[in-house]
Amino acid sequence: MTTATHGAPAEDTATSLPRLLPRSGQQPEDWHAHTARHGRLPYRDRPGDLVLDLSAAGLTGRGGAAFPAHRKLSAVLDAADKRRRPPVVIANGAESEPASDKDATLLWLAPHLVLDGLQLAAEAVGADAAILYTHADRRNDVGRRLRQAIAERVAVRVDRVPVRLAEAPPRFLSGQETALVGHLAGGPAIPTFMPPRITERGLAGAPTLVQNAETLAHVALIARHGPRWFRQVGTRAEPGSMLCTIRRADGTPRVAEIPLGMPLKSLIASPDGQSAGPDRAVLIGGYHGTWVSAADAVRLTLDNASLAAVGARVGAGILITPPPDRCGLIETAAAVRYLALESAGQCGPCLNGLPRIAAALTEIAVGRQRHQTLADLERWAGLVTGRGACHHPDGTARFVRSALVTFAEEIDLHRRGRCSGTSKKPFLPIPRDSARTEEDWM
Amino acid sequence: MSEKLLVNPIECEGHAACAELLPEMITLDEWGYPIVDGRPIPPALERDARAAVSACPTLALRLLRS
Repeated sequence: MTTATHGAPAEDTATSLPRLLPRSGQQPEDWHAHTARHGRLPYRDRPGDLVLDLSAAGLTGRGGAAFPAHRKLSAVLDAADKRRRPPVVIANGAESEPASDKDATLLWLAPHLVLDGLQLAAEAVGADAAILYTHADRRNDVGRRLRQAIAERVAVRVDRVPVRLAEAPPRFLSGQETALVGHLAGGPAIPTFMPPRITERGLAGAPTLVQNAETLAHVALIARHGPRWFRQVGTRAEPGSMLCTIRRADGTPRVAEIPLGMPLKSLIASPDGQSAGPDRAVLIGGYHGTWVSAADAVRLTLDNASLAAVGARVGAGILITPPPDRCGLIETAAAVRYLALESAGQCGPCLNGLPRIAAALTEIAVGRQRHQTLADLERWAGLVTGRGACHHPDGTARFVRSALVTFAEEIDLHRRGRCSGTSKKPFLPIPRDSARTEEDWM
Repeated sequence: MSEKLLVNPIECEGHAACAELLPEMITLDEWGYPIVDGRPIPPALERDARAAVSACPTLALRLLRS
């Protein structure tokens, strides 16, 4: 259980990182390179076996919610058993958060690890269909790369469950689980209202397992090396490693595999080795995430237990340190405007609240705030929270509130008609196109 | 067995009949959408809660057994 089969390197696969990404750097791994590094995939031939290993490993979902992986698999297994209906498994590589690049990087460099995990998860729950859901043209030509990888696997007959590639529309919410299921069923990629949970009734009514692409890559390695190996990095409560997208002041995103519990100080330092100054801020978790002052951030570690102290979460591992010549309020206002436009517009509080929140933030950003603007913002952030079918309003409100706290001094400056930003060039990546008609969600 | 109120925010169009029939547990936000108290419904309000559920024109309000 703990050793790879033939072809796996005997050396230091145990503790050293990266585990997921190829060590050779930026060279994508084909089937040959993949099996040379990891060996063949270890089918268990007993549904359910893997669930125990995942539970012992303590693997949580790497798409942002950090839900225990084994509990989702168990729920799907139970539902399939109760309803005598084979489940569907879906690898979620939609990564619709514009600031994140980790799933696209993983799918580009190590597609077979994700596809191995998809097969093993399918076996574990007894699924008869598997789908890889992603933005085919998000990075390089990842769609062509994935079709190649699937064809390679068909040629060597390694897959037991056929894999279909499905395209995610370029919307912020297209990776949300119920939106994903709705889209794969032929509809728009907009969230639906639970219950029932998709683990019970998802795609075409079948019990449906959706796991983030990176989570499945970890599954593929835990199946090979065992839970103890997985726990050799990370913290006791939050074991393992995670892929992070790190955007520093120089602007280039870097995807790195980080052990949970790593000091943030080492991750947000500028490339020249100098740590971020106390006047700066770090965005942890992307546009549904939390702004944290650099002074706070340097005392924290990359795990939810530590980040809870400042109301932040690791999310999908996005860490952004904007350069000192940018204004955090202007940056946040631009991102929140994007989030408001990306609302599916189905739920009253989100439909009404997000545009108002975005407009109020813009007033503050451009120095035109009225005396009630801040109070309005606080109230609206409270009013939208917990009142949508999905978590889009909650995440947006969290992001906005953290900006109001972290950039409190900057808000004072703006009130007096000044701004500490000297560059107006946007730093946070914001897609230009937003949805106008239902076609844009298809 | 106690019951709770659950609003489907996608179906809800803010007709506000629920808030009129069960003001003790449902208020309206500034855009006219219901803010629903998610705690178990006290026995004295069960009849009004049922009335609120049946009055919703979009069938967005439900009773959930907890």
